[in-house]
Amino acid sequence: MINKEPAVKGISELSYEKSNPRMVEHDRTKKDLGIYIHIPFCERKCNYCDFLSAPADDTVKEKYVSALRNEIRSYQGLANQYNVRTIYIGGGTPSSIHEDYITSILSDLYHIFEIKKKEELEITIEANPGTLTKHKLLSYKDAGINRLSIGLQSANNEELKLLGRIHTFEEFVANYNLARKVGFDNINIDVISSLPNQTEQAYLDSLMKVVALNPEHISSYSLIIEEGTLFEKFYGEGSEHSKELPSEDVDRTIYEDTKTVLKEYGYERYEISNYAKVGFESKHNSSYWTRTEYLGIGLGASSLIGDARYHNENNLNQYIDCVSNQESLRREEEKLSGNNQMEEFMFLGLRMCRGISKKRFCEVFEKDIQEVYGSILTKLLDEKLIMEQEDYICLTERGLDLSNYVFSEFLLDEESE
Amino acid sequence: MSIDQSKIRNFCIIAHIDHGKSTLADRIIEKTGLLTSREMQAQVLDNMELERERGITIKAQTVRIVYKANDGEEYIFNLIDTPGHVDFNYEVSRSLAACEGAVLIVDAAQGIEAQTLANCYLAIDHNLEIMPVINKIDLPSADPDRVINEIEDIIGIEAQDAPRISAKMGLNIEEVLEQIVSKIPAPKGDKNASLQALIFDSLYDSYKGVIIFCRVMEGTVKRGTPIQMMATKAKAEVVEVGIFGAGQFIPCDELSAGMVGYITASLKNVKDTRVGDTVTSSENPCKEPLPGYKKVNPMVYCGMYPADGAKYPDLRDALEKLQLNDAALQFEAETSIALGFGFRCGFLGLLHLEIIQERLEREYNLDIVTTAPGVIYKVYKTDNSVIELTNPSNLPDPSEIAYMEEPMVSAEIMVTTEFVGPIMQLCQERRGVYLGMEYMEETRALLKYDLPLNEIIYDFFDALKSRSKGYASFDYEMKGYERSELVKLDILINKEEVDALSFIVHAETAYERGRKMCEKLKDEIPRQLFEIPIQAAIGSKVIARETVKAMRKDVLAKCYGGDISRKRKLLEKQKEGKKRMRQVGNVEIPQKAFMSVLKLDDK
Repeated sequence: MINKEPAVKGISELSYEKSNPRMVEHDRTKKDLGIYIHIPFCERKCNYCDFLSAPADDTVKEKYVSALRNEIRSYQGLANQYNVRTIYIGGGTPSSIHEDYITSILSDLYHIFEIKKKEELEITIEANPGTLTKHKLLSYKDAGINRLSIGLQSANNEELKLLGRIHTFEEFVANYNLARKVGFDNINIDVISSLPNQTEQAYLDSLMKVVALNPEHISSYSLIIEEGTLFEKFYGEGSEHSKELPSEDVDRTIYEDTKTVLKEYGYERYEISNYAKVGFESKHNSSYWTRTEYLGIGLGASSLIGDARYHNENNLNQYIDCVSNQESLRREEEKLSGNNQMEEFMFLGLRMCRGISKKRFCEVFEKDIQEVYGSILTKLLDEKLIMEQEDYICLTERGLDLSNYVFSEFLLDEESE
Repeated sequence: MSIDQSKIRNFCIIAHIDHGKSTLADRIIEKTGLLTSREMQAQVLDNMELERERGITIKAQTVRIVYKANDGEEYIFNLIDTPGHVDFNYEVSRSLAACEGAVLIVDAAQGIEAQTLANCYLAIDHNLEIMPVINKIDLPSADPDRVINEIEDIIGIEAQDAPRISAKMGLNIEEVLEQIVSKIPAPKGDKNASLQALIFDSLYDSYKGVIIFCRVMEGTVKRGTPIQMMATKAKAEVVEVGIFGAGQFIPCDELSAGMVGYITASLKNVKDTRVGDTVTSSENPCKEPLPGYKKVNPMVYCGMYPADGAKYPDLRDALEKLQLNDAALQFEAETSIALGFGFRCGFLGLLHLEIIQERLEREYNLDIVTTAPGVIYKVYKTDNSVIELTNPSNLPDPSEIAYMEEPMVSAEIMVTTEFVGPIMQLCQERRGVYLGMEYMEETRALLKYDLPLNEIIYDFFDALKSRSKGYASFDYEMKGYERSELVKLDILINKEEVDALSFIVHAETAYERGRKMCEKLKDEIPRQLFEIPIQAAIGSKVIARETVKAMRKDVLAKCYGGDISRKRKLLEKQKEGKKRMRQVGNVEIPQKAFMSVLKLDDK
């Protein structure tokens, strides 16, 4: 299950390996950067969704895009310190706004960040089935987008209805085939498991239908009942229908099934919820786990720049108004202490199945990992939640199931600063 | 300035819980014009936040008001509000002793309830003039005529001209005030005799020291009077005397026979000024103290531990401060293997315990873990010595025990006849000894039982309410000790005994209790990395077992679009939650598991 040879390489590590043939020549003094663009619009809010997104009319969309483009331009000064490696347009439903907006946003990015060979970047857009047309897809392709992430969630129309999705499985398949025809050769499909009343068999049926389409990447999340969603009202703790959610045991069986089935069809689990065919791991998402810097642009988007994390203004009108001054958009800026960075290195890095490198820990923090986490590592090894494979430390199967427990162990006490 | 004794009326209001005592007090204060309606916060007398929230009066409160009666004269009313719970019965009796009359409130719909009777008899015992008032006549189910007949039949006092009021709506309050003037006698007493004043409450103020609430029976007290408490022997010189405004202390020149007021005398501890004690002059002492003083002793004990072990000194400070105002609260340091350093605390009853716990949490911002409350058992050892046991962990080895005794109470339960069956069954389950039943009228019965105190300190009151749909009421008094077959029940979590969960129980109910505790703990202890057996045992014999299955899933699948801060917060919360757990062996037990076993509600 866990590869002896780490299959995935986070982009920040790639840049340390000179001999990598996939590497582009670039200025070694510049740091790698991922860019996230947030499109906070959708046709209809899904019943389980707590992301910053809502339906809006065309004027608002237009104003938003122009504010967003202003924000992009405001990074002129920052741009020359970085090599952009990935761009991810997420939402909401980015495919719900006019494709020309996407094109102009991307061309602004290419211009400001001096991106010359866009085909060497991983450029992803999230799309909702039912919002894609041939024209749209062609336009994306022309704009440089080379990866599609389609939120299917379930192949069962009843379940789709329950989730509040706007599409049927058939509409999805039509969109998917269209994307293939247009030439997209790197497609992710999102599915959600552990839906109310879902049986193991129902989920497997869904998953098999997805596998049959042969996408390059599959994300399988189990449903989280988020605060403030319609689902919370219905299925939240203590509510009348909460018993309709599958039990912990069913949920775990589903997880195990997913791994077995997907492995059979050539997908490797490379992160807690992500599976890919070799070479098609999401570089953008991996950059989060490897703590590569990233710039979130748009409403509420999160960034890691230098040793600071922050997110943008959450209020749409405020965002549109104050975007001329991007500094004023920043909220909850948090300078990460040395301890914070070590904690993140662990709890983000361990999300990946190949785990974290002890050598790399030492390089980054100039401290031996044993010095900081010695006793915790021993305890977790004893509990068989982690294991060591030469230089790497990774979660065991059990550790993956209990990852929050493991991660929280790596939070350091403030006193030990 | 001397006050005409004949214009003073000292009275209290007695009622069954929720029959409108505090509301009527509010209306009286409002009508007498000391406060404007705007200043009136609902229920001005209950001034502790906690009291207002629970709608009960914990400490006796007193207010002096001026009423201009229809005869054109101004009268001084001293309204002494009494605590409304059985735990504070003694305080009630001392408050009554400070009055000449009592306004008896009876709910026009519910009629006489157990507490109405208990308080009323208490008032009659103190020779108070009882003045009945029928409240809540605005309720659709009100039947004042029936209730008036009930008062005459059951209590045997004249009630035909009882004011029919609605304290809530402010209806007919004038009539109550006029009757207070005409029916309640003025105080007597010689202002030139030697000082004799009854302490009916005291509180500690950080500026003034102890403030004694008293009723002067004989003599006069003023600034400079050297005083002595006759029971505690504490001596001091009076710094200030005064009367009670609404929520404030108003200094005055002197307090003379018949008056109600306060004395400050730079006393540092309320232990010196016990409720019921007599204040006299140390230069010219009265011959005898006023009757009725007794030292109140705690009935119920439990361990109190800070949730965060580092807060132990804070807990000690807080308990010391609370004790300044609450002479009945006792505590001493103890340690538990599971809970660390804490205190064994003694209380008047379970409500007193809950109030102290809530005050520690609210006023002192402390998180408290309490262990199961217990009573004082007498352990007669084979070497003829006797131990008064307050902490189950200190029970000697069974081989050293000859026999044990437990405290008993005489209980009276008033219940509507349809619920007599279920209530008798409940008393039976709680090892009650049936003494008799009286029909108060066709629909109502008074059940008499002897019950072991340890059977009623947990959830008896809740069970009583739930099995009678709220219709039963309950009163008890201590009856002394009786020999009993008692055992110590231990709880083992993952094979390790958790001392804080041990308790003493009757041999017959041990199995049932043990089973329920295991079930409850199973729900409260979160799944952990391994399977955890929970066992109840008497000595080495396991009598019940449950298992907490190993945790299977604790995973956050979603990536929240790079919002790592959010993820971190979730992990921090999880870590924080773990900090709040108690480590017993290698099992983490949440604080609330220790508390949940206090309420093993059955039906």
